[in-house]
Amino acid sequence: MAKVTIDGIQIDVPDGTTILNAARMIGPDVAPPTMCYYSKLKTSGGYCRTCLVEVTAGSEKDPRPMPKLVASCRTTVMDGMVVANNTSAKVKDARAGVVEFLLLNHPLDCPVCDQAGECHLQDLSYDHGNYKTRTDFERRTFEKIDIGEKIQLHMTRCILCYRCVKTAEQITDGRVHGVINRGDHAEISTYIEQAIDNDFSGNVIDVCPVGALTDKTFRFKSRVWFTKPVDAHRNCENEKCSGKVVLWYQGEEVLRVTGRKDQWGEVEEFICNTCRFDKKQTSDWTIEGPRKINRHSVISANHYMNMVKPKEFKLNEIKQITE
Amino acid sequence: MARKILLEHIDVPGINTYDVYRSKGGYASVEKALKTMNPQDVVEEVKKSGLRGRGGAGFPTGMKWSFLAKPEGVPSYLVCNADESEPGTFKDRYLMEYLPHLLIEGMITSSYALGANTSYIYIRGEYFYLVRILEKAISEAYANGWLGKNILGTNYSLDLYVHPGAGAYICGEETALLESLEGKRGNPRIKPPFPAIAGLYGCPTVVNNVETIAAVVPIINMTGDEYAKIGIGRSAGTKLISASGHIKKPGVYEIEMGITVEDFIYSDEYCGGILNDKKLKAVVAGGSSVPILPADLILTTANGEKRLMSYESLADGGFATGTMLGSGGFIVMDESTSIVQNLHTFARFYHHESCGQCSPCREGTGWMEKIIHKILDGHGTLEDIDLLWDIQRKIEGNTICPLGDAAAWPVASAIRHFRHEFEEFVKNPSAQREVKYYFHCNNIDTAAAYSSI
Amino acid sequence: MSELKEVRFSAESEDLIQNLIKRYPEGKQKSALIPALHIAQAEYDGWLSVPVMDKIAEILNIKPIEVYEVASFYSMFNLNPVGKCLIEVCRTSSCWLRGANDVVAHIEKRLGIKDGETTPDGKFTLKTVECLGSCGTAPMLQIGEHFHENLTLENVDELINKYKTETSHSKYLDGSTFRKY
Repeated sequence: MAKVTIDGIQIDVPDGTTILNAARMIGPDVAPPTMCYYSKLKTSGGYCRTCLVEVTAGSEKDPRPMPKLVASCRTTVMDGMVVANNTSAKVKDARAGVVEFLLLNHPLDCPVCDQAGECHLQDLSYDHGNYKTRTDFERRTFEKIDIGEKIQLHMTRCILCYRCVKTAEQITDGRVHGVINRGDHAEISTYIEQAIDNDFSGNVIDVCPVGALTDKTFRFKSRVWFTKPVDAHRNCENEKCSGKVVLWYQGEEVLRVTGRKDQWGEVEEFICNTCRFDKKQTSDWTIEGPRKINRHSVISANHYMNMVKPKEFKLNEIKQITE
Repeated sequence: MARKILLEHIDVPGINTYDVYRSKGGYASVEKALKTMNPQDVVEEVKKSGLRGRGGAGFPTGMKWSFLAKPEGVPSYLVCNADESEPGTFKDRYLMEYLPHLLIEGMITSSYALGANTSYIYIRGEYFYLVRILEKAISEAYANGWLGKNILGTNYSLDLYVHPGAGAYICGEETALLESLEGKRGNPRIKPPFPAIAGLYGCPTVVNNVETIAAVVPIINMTGDEYAKIGIGRSAGTKLISASGHIKKPGVYEIEMGITVEDFIYSDEYCGGILNDKKLKAVVAGGSSVPILPADLILTTANGEKRLMSYESLADGGFATGTMLGSGGFIVMDESTSIVQNLHTFARFYHHESCGQCSPCREGTGWMEKIIHKILDGHGTLEDIDLLWDIQRKIEGNTICPLGDAAAWPVASAIRHFRHEFEEFVKNPSAQREVKYYFHCNNIDTAAAYSSI
Repeated sequence: MSELKEVRFSAESEDLIQNLIKRYPEGKQKSALIPALHIAQAEYDGWLSVPVMDKIAEILNIKPIEVYEVASFYSMFNLNPVGKCLIEVCRTSSCWLRGANDVVAHIEKRLGIKDGETTPDGKFTLKTVECLGSCGTAPMLQIGEHFHENLTLENVDELINKYKTETSHSKYLDGSTFRKY
C-alpha cells in the first residue's frame, strides 16, 4: 500500500495505482478531468494532457517535487507522494491552456452536434476553459464520412484521444481504422473508404468523448437532455455482450441504445451492435428503472428525477476503481 | 592547436576504408575490451570519462548504461541514434560519411559493454547515401572478423544492422525511434518505463547518439581517466560542432570543450569570422531548439565572463541570459538577419514535425507558426506577441516528449531578447517588407540571377 | 482498388525485402515495414498506391491499416504520384540564411510550378522540406539519394538540365544499398 495526499486529502491505495485512480478513489471533487484516459482500455491516456497535476513531493524517501507537471493517468503513486490538483495554480493555468488547445480547431457547432449535453469537451471547457477565444484563424475541417451504415465519423470534431483506435484493437477483431497523417493533419480514418464491420464496432461511439463518432440511427432525432435514460437488459445471444444497456426514451419511443456509463463517463460493459442498433422496442428489453446519471453535465440536469448535483458528492463514498 | 580525438585521422586518404582505418590503429578498442576487460570494466571506464550524451540532452553516458536492466534470458539491445535532424546539426553525417568504421568500432565495444548481441543503427531516411557507406563498412567489418560469431575467438557475438527511417524529426527522440524501428508511427512513448527497462521489443535497450558511441573508442583506448582530463570541469572531452549560417568557414569542427565562443566564431582555425565581415547579431548555439542569444550574451555571460564552449558555460544564466550546448548545431546570424523571419523557419519546422499525439504540441506548434506568419505578413498586433509568449509557456513542460519544449524555447528566447523586432514588424509592416524579401546569400547575386531567368 | 493493377514486385525487390526481414527477431517482421516501403516506392514510380501498400501488408503479415498509418506519417513516403525527378529543397534556418528561398523561387520560375506541384510533362515535382542535415553546405537540395550542396542558381540550372533527360524515377535506394545477410 502507498499513502498519497491529493489536494490535502490522504488515502491509502494499492501499489501501482495511478495518481488519477487514487484521486478518483477520493472522489470527483479532487479527480482530475480526463479526455483520453479510459480505464477499460489498456495503454489509453497520456495524450490529451488535461489530467496534468503537480507533484509537490515525490515520495517519502525522496520528497523532492517533480520538475514538471505529470499526466496523472500515467504516473503511479509512491508512498508519501503529495499531489496538488485543484489547489495548484500551475495546474489550473496549464489545464486552461490544454482546453484552449483542444478547442483551437474544434468547431463551435454544439447547436447541431448530437453529442451536445453529454460532451466531455463541453464539460471540460465549462469547468476549466476561458470564456473567450484568442484565435482568429480558420479552423481545420474534414469531410464527414460514414464508416458503415450506423456510424458517422465527423473528423472535424475529433480531439485525437485514440480511444476508438484502442477500442477497435482491444475489443474487436481486425482493426480497419487508425490514425493517419501526422501532427495537426492527423486524422482518424480507414484511409481507403471502407466500413468498420464488426459486432462490437458501435462501442467507438460510446468511448468518443466528443461528437466525432456518432450513432447515425439517433442523428438529429433529439437533444440528449430531452430524452429519458432508463436502465434495461436482455439476454443477448452474443456471449461477449452483457446485454446491459441504457435506453434513451422520448415519450414511448426508444431513440437510442448505449452502454451504461459510470460517473467518469466510461461505459461499464461494452455492448454488441445488435443490442445497440437493432433492439429499439421496449418489448426487446427487461426494464430496470430510471438511470441515475452520476456525472456533472447537462444530461444530469434532467428534471424527471432527483439528480445528484456535483457538490453533494461525499468523499470516500465512491467504490474503488480497479483496473 | 586544437586537440582532435574523434577526427584525428580525418585527413588521411582512404580512412573510410577498412584497411586504412585499421592501419591507423582502428579496432584497437575492440581488441582491448574483448580480450582484457569484462563488460562491467568498459562501463566503468565510460563512467570515469565523464562522457555526456552528444545528441543534445547531455546526460552522463556511463550512468545511462548502468541503468540497463539485465533480467535473465531476455536480450538487451544497443541502438545508435543516427536520426540527426535538429536544424543546424550535421556532425553525425560528417562522421558517418568519413569515418564509418569509427562508429562501427564504437558500436562493437559499446555492445560488448552492454551485453547486446544484436545492435541497430537507426539512420534518418534522407541519409540513404550513408546507408550505402555504412553497409559497405559493416561488410568489411564482418569480413575481417569484427562482427559475427565469436569475435576475436572470444565467445562474444554481435550482429549489427542499419535501419533507415523515412523522414520524421521526432524519431530522434529515443522512444519514438524505438517505435519507428518496430515498424510503427514515430510516436514517443509515455515514460516510465524508460528504454533501459523496456525498450526495443519490450527488452532493455540503450539508445545513444552517433558521436557518443564514437567517443567510446578513444575512451577505451586512452582510459576514462585520461579522457576526463580533456575539456573543462563536467564538460569532459571534445565535441563536434556543426557551424553554419553567416560565417566564413561553415563546417564540422572538433573542439576541446572550454575554448571561448569568441575564439570559435572569429579564429581562423574554426569559423573564421562573420561572412563579408559584417557584425555578429545572434547565435543559436546548440541546434534550433536551444534559446537564441544576441551577440553580447553569446560572447560574454551576464556576469561579464567570457562565454566558453561547454555545457556549463553556455547554460550560465539559465534561460534568462544563457542557452544550451545541445547537439552543437551552431547557427550564426549577421546584423542584417531578421530574427522574426528566422523564427518563422523554426516554428514551421516544429509544426511540420510534431507527431500529433498530445494536444499542446499538436495544436500549439501550428498556432505559433500561424501567428508568426501573420506578423510577417503585416497583420500582427502587439497582443499577438503576448499571445505567442503565452502559447509557448503553455506548451513548455506539458507535453509527452521534449519536442514541445524544443518548439517553445526558440519562440520564448526570440521574444525575450528581440521583442523590439517583433514590435517593429507590427508597427511598421511596410518598412519590413524589404527585409522580408531580402535574403542573404554569399554565393547568389539575387538581382543578377533574376535578370538572367 | 486492387483490380486497378496487380502488384508484383520484381524478384530483386522481393528478395531484398525477405532479406531485410531477417534483420529482426522472429515475429518482429513488422520492423521491416519502413525499409520495405522504401523499396516498394523505389520500384513503383516513387510513390505508394493502395495496392502497393496492401501488398507490403501481405508480405509482412500485418493489417493494411498498419501500413497506411506508417506510410502517411513519414514525410519521405509519397502517397500521390510524383514526377520522375523529385526535387526536395531544404528551407530551414541555415539554408534560409544562405538563400534557400531564392533557390525555391528560381526553381518555381524555371519550371513554372509551385511548391508541391508537378510539371505537366511529369518530369519534375518540387517539394520543400525541412532540415536535411546539410546546414554547413547550405543552400542544398536532394534528388533521390543525392545531396546537391553549396547551390548557386547556375548549378540549379545545370541540375534541371541534367535531370530533364532522365527516364527513370529518382530513387533513395537500389538493390545495392543494403548488404545481404
